Amino acid sequence: MKIDVKRVAKLASLPLSEAEEEKYSKQLSKILDYIEQLNEVDTLDVEPTFNVTGLSNAMREDQVGDCTIPQEEAISNAPVKKDGFIVTKGVFNE
Amino acid sequence: MNITDLTLVETIKALENKDFSEEELNKAYLDRIEAKNADLNVFLEVKKNSKGIPAAIKDIISTQFIKTTAGSKILSTFIPPFNATVVDRLLSNNISIIGKTNLDEFAMGSSGENSAFGHTKNPWDIAKVPGGSSAGSAAAVAADLAVFSMGTDTGGSIRQPASLCGVVGFKPSYGKVSRYGLMAMASSLDVPGTFTKSVADARLVMGWVSGSDGMDSNVQEIASPSTSLRVAMTDLKGIKIGVPKEYFGEGLDPKVEKVIREAIKKLEELGAEIVEVSLPHTQYGVAVYYIIMSSEVSSNLAKFDGIRFGSSREDFGEEVKRRIMLGTFALSSGYYDDYFAKAACVRTLIKQDFEEAFKKVDVIVGPVSPTTAWNLGEKMDDPLAMYLSDAYTIPASLAGIPGLSVPCGFVDGLPVGLQILGKYMDDETVLDVGEAYEQATEWHERRPDLSF
Amino acid sequence: MKYETVIGIEVHVELNTKTKMFCRCSADYFGKEPNTHTCPVCLGLPGSLPIINEEAIKKCIQIGLALGCTISSKSLFERKNYFYPDLPKGYQISQYRWPLCIKGELKLDSGKVIRVNRAHQEEDTAKLTHQGGESLIDFNRSSVPLVEVVTEPDFSSSEEVREYAQKLQQIFRYLGVSNADMERGDMRLEANVSVRPEGQTELPPYRVELKNINSFRFMVAAIEYEVKRQIEAHEKGEKLSQETRGWNEDKKETYLQRSKEEAHDYRYFPEPDLPELKNMDQIKVDLPELPSKKTERFVSDYELNKQQVGILVESIEMADYFEKVVEAGKQNNVTPVQIANYIVNKKVDLSVDPKQIINDIQDKTSNLISDDAEFEKLAKQAIEENQKSADDFRAGKENAIQALIGGVMRLSKGKADAAQTVKILRKLLE
Repeated sequence: MKIDVKRVAKLASLPLSEAEEEKYSKQLSKILDYIEQLNEVDTLDVEPTFNVTGLSNAMREDQVGDCTIPQEEAISNAPVKKDGFIVTKGVFNE
Repeated sequence: MNITDLTLVETIKALENKDFSEEELNKAYLDRIEAKNADLNVFLEVKKNSKGIPAAIKDIISTQFIKTTAGSKILSTFIPPFNATVVDRLLSNNISIIGKTNLDEFAMGSSGENSAFGHTKNPWDIAKVPGGSSAGSAAAVAADLAVFSMGTDTGGSIRQPASLCGVVGFKPSYGKVSRYGLMAMASSLDVPGTFTKSVADARLVMGWVSGSDGMDSNVQEIASPSTSLRVAMTDLKGIKIGVPKEYFGEGLDPKVEKVIREAIKKLEELGAEIVEVSLPHTQYGVAVYYIIMSSEVSSNLAKFDGIRFGSSREDFGEEVKRRIMLGTFALSSGYYDDYFAKAACVRTLIKQDFEEAFKKVDVIVGPVSPTTAWNLGEKMDDPLAMYLSDAYTIPASLAGIPGLSVPCGFVDGLPVGLQILGKYMDDETVLDVGEAYEQATEWHERRPDLSF
Repeated sequence: MKYETVIGIEVHVELNTKTKMFCRCSADYFGKEPNTHTCPVCLGLPGSLPIINEEAIKKCIQIGLALGCTISSKSLFERKNYFYPDLPKGYQISQYRWPLCIKGELKLDSGKVIRVNRAHQEEDTAKLTHQGGESLIDFNRSSVPLVEVVTEPDFSSSEEVREYAQKLQQIFRYLGVSNADMERGDMRLEANVSVRPEGQTELPPYRVELKNINSFRFMVAAIEYEVKRQIEAHEKGEKLSQETRGWNEDKKETYLQRSKEEAHDYRYFPEPDLPELKNMDQIKVDLPELPSKKTERFVSDYELNKQQVGILVESIEMADYFEKVVEAGKQNNVTPVQIANYIVNKKVDLSVDPKQIINDIQDKTSNLISDDAEFEKLAKQAIEENQKSADDFRAGKENAIQALIGGVMRLSKGKADAAQTVKILRKLLE
């Protein structure tokens, strides 16, 4: 199995060097070849497991809690901030 | 009496008896850290307290206003504004944080070598890996640098380093303990747990941290915290123990197998009935795990965009990038059904294997790791070989069941752990069997020679 | 060649719950200081976990039921993965394969049925403000509950889209689930527009998504522009492709925002942090009488005309008020028609006591000329004074009667009932 490393890296927003692209391309191929063995397993009548808890309808009441943190803490780890906002380099309005 | 030799239960008793003060307790551990941490690289940050009982916390568990890096360059200056639920619960039980421990970056690794802040060394042999990803938390307890420590286990990250470092490591059932504040690696698999010097200690800490907090929707409301008052089992009469033949196949080091077989004999001597069981889909565990885990990783690590916190995505380490790439691929258009959905179905079969086996037995035992600790650097160029070293711990993670690693012997001076797995949410029986074995043996009392 | 338009609509509506979708922060963020309504969850800090707001789920189900959807017994949240600075987790918790509400419909006044594909629950993103070369981010809006209503490509004109959007807005307001204010961004429209040769049944091989348009009027203008642009392109033999376009109100034209090459691959997968929703079809929610039902009932029970009813049912408050006045009028023999006329014509303020309305109507009624003989005298006088109009009417010019009605009104100093006047004039002119 070969994967389009450039396309995947773009989807994952990972800036990769050419050397990294080459290395991951080889390693991921090898890992995917190993994963191919799952095709041996007949799963036609098997339901997927996304969650092992067997729980359902975990919901909360619509009541304001005391989770809200001060503005100062909310933006404290941001590299760039201004007037209470977190700043990022410009993006067009979509 | 050597203060840093004591278990948590013994330490609490000694404090009650006023054998020493909390200040003396903290000083004893801080002195030892001062002397040994540089050689072992266990702690990324040490907090000098004089109050409370000192525990070490894996640096992927959020601590309010204390730097939490996940072992990553991308978070090298990150300071969480909140505590993880497990941290809050420890603090309210008179536990203090003595330090944040080193780990494989974002808990991705089986050797402790993927940290951006240098690798942790195995206290039993500093040329060997301590296991991973909770490398520092395992080594901290093995080297008596904390009374106990907290770690996280996604595919074996508590059990495997506990085995390689010769301490008790417990991964509770998924959903027993809140994940709130654990920086997520793979959300459907991540479980917080303990490294302790005894099974009784693990039981005590689990009693503090278990149960719903209203923040993790996967924690059962009714999850009853275990109690520290229960009487330990001294024999195993009436207990049925399953031995899965798939855990003793190719790849298992014969010397490790010999140690495990002896441990099983010991369990039989204690009165347990030993039954051979089959977990037929075991061989698919690693493949299923790497698809599901890396898919969830690719999504969980998308929040690291360098805008609200942290630095650029370029700063992720090699293994992290590799898993993000694999997971992004497995979820991408045209591949979801063949990879992610397929793996989720085989996961069901692995879970059903355990359910079938547990109709016949109370617990399942086997090796934690196919080998003892290996040389630093040995598997770094072969990710697949590294992944395969988790073959015995991964299936229990996929099924969400509880797992314990308890010291059961040595091979060439390096510790070996016995893995005990239980039914989903029947964490007590796992601890009961572990404790009975522990009390009948002396492996857990051995200490590494730190006079390097 | 003739072309026809194919349009599908996606509407996002922000719910008016007290708290956000997945955390306990207040959802009342509008106009607040930036980043003061946030917590680790809605900031997407490492280690945070979502937890579902039950009230939002109920409101989503209400919307589904109001649109005649089937409520899925089992429903799952999934992660929609993409990178954008307004999306703190790098994914939006949304629904994809297991939406809460599926297959509904909304009927337009023409009788045409617009099929609703789904109504699902998701969370809002942060708010970006663009300033110079920078974007400022405010996470107060992050994770406020959103419901997305998606139609099949059933619209064939901008007018149908306008009617659908207005009806949907009215339903949201009837249900009390949202202010549904377009300008504030409570309600957002996206249109997928394409054109095909008339008579072709299969869907065009492309569609243009019109996004970020914050009023009904602009949306209608954008669709009209887009249809024209696409037909021209077809006629020139140009190949149209999948793309996203916005609306420039100054230039009155759409502009390219994103082309197909940059199309997203959202990598949806079930949200592992949230257990599934089960037996959602068993959840009990109250549904008010909806505008379409109310309209039918008002027309048949009160013998009102559709146009009047349209005004009376515009808001649930107005409709309730009308019925209160009708109730008050019963003892005094004031008819619903009189009341409807009065309320519609006078644009009555809803704070006025219903009894007062009845009194006003009665005062007006009692002052009218009730004596038929006197009425006839005035009518005859009006005809004499305007023989030309009378002749025109007799010659078949229906409209000419208006001038005669005006004459009666003037002579009676406004005390003649209009309906009665018409009757008498017709009798005299026959």
